[in-house]
Amino acid sequence: MRRYEVTCVLAPTLSPEEVEQAIENFKQAGEERGATLVDLDNWGKRRLAFPVKKHTEGYYVVYTFEEPAAQAIAELERRFKVADQVIRFLTVRVDEDLKRAEKFKEKRGVKKSKREDRRTARAQAESEAVASQPAQAEQAPAPAAPTAEAASKEASDG
Amino acid sequence: MARRRKFCKFCAEKIDYIDYKDVKTLGQFIPERAKILPRRISGVCATHQRKLGLAIRRARHLALLPYAGS
Repeated sequence: MRRYEVTCVLAPTLSPEEVEQAIENFKQAGEERGATLVDLDNWGKRRLAFPVKKHTEGYYVVYTFEEPAAQAIAELERRFKVADQVIRFLTVRVDEDLKRAEKFKEKRGVKKSKREDRRTARAQAESEAVASQPAQAEQAPAPAAPTAEAASKEASDG
Repeated sequence: MARRRKFCKFCAEKIDYIDYKDVKTLGQFIPERAKILPRRISGVCATHQRKLGLAIRRARHLALLPYAGS
């Protein structure tokens, strides 16, 4: 399922009605050619980071289309190019990136569960070790003796 | 003096998809001169730096971020 995000920036000189009109027009242009509109995000007027066609502000509109015939996108872009109320536009195919992001998320989930498995295993091993230790401690002599022996052995080797 | 270890902000916050529309996040990687902040300073991992760069470039095209600093 292909998903496209089409963002366009409209000139700030338009009246609110004209903006609505333009948004509606482009929406229809897309839908007429088989694209299904999933989301329409109107940000309203925003300051531009730099002047574009001598405008310092612009209306931002983000359309999200799903499984449109490539035609719909092509037509939309053609109209953006022709329409002088559109000062900038950008089309991005997002489905692949979103899918990849989803995969990363899954991977992280797997890693996390593995980590937890290891942790519980270690905790279990430790508790078992603790349980078996008291018996050993009583039998074994002071731990200092064996290490002293080892030290003397090393010294003689050298 | 030990400097604090850098970490990748996107890994830490588990952001997999860096959105070009998210000006707030992208803005953190745009210093005064509006150049993309290098990895060696920001500590972002290679994977995320690549995605970040792409997102910033897209945002610039839409005039959401500047090409040159003020």
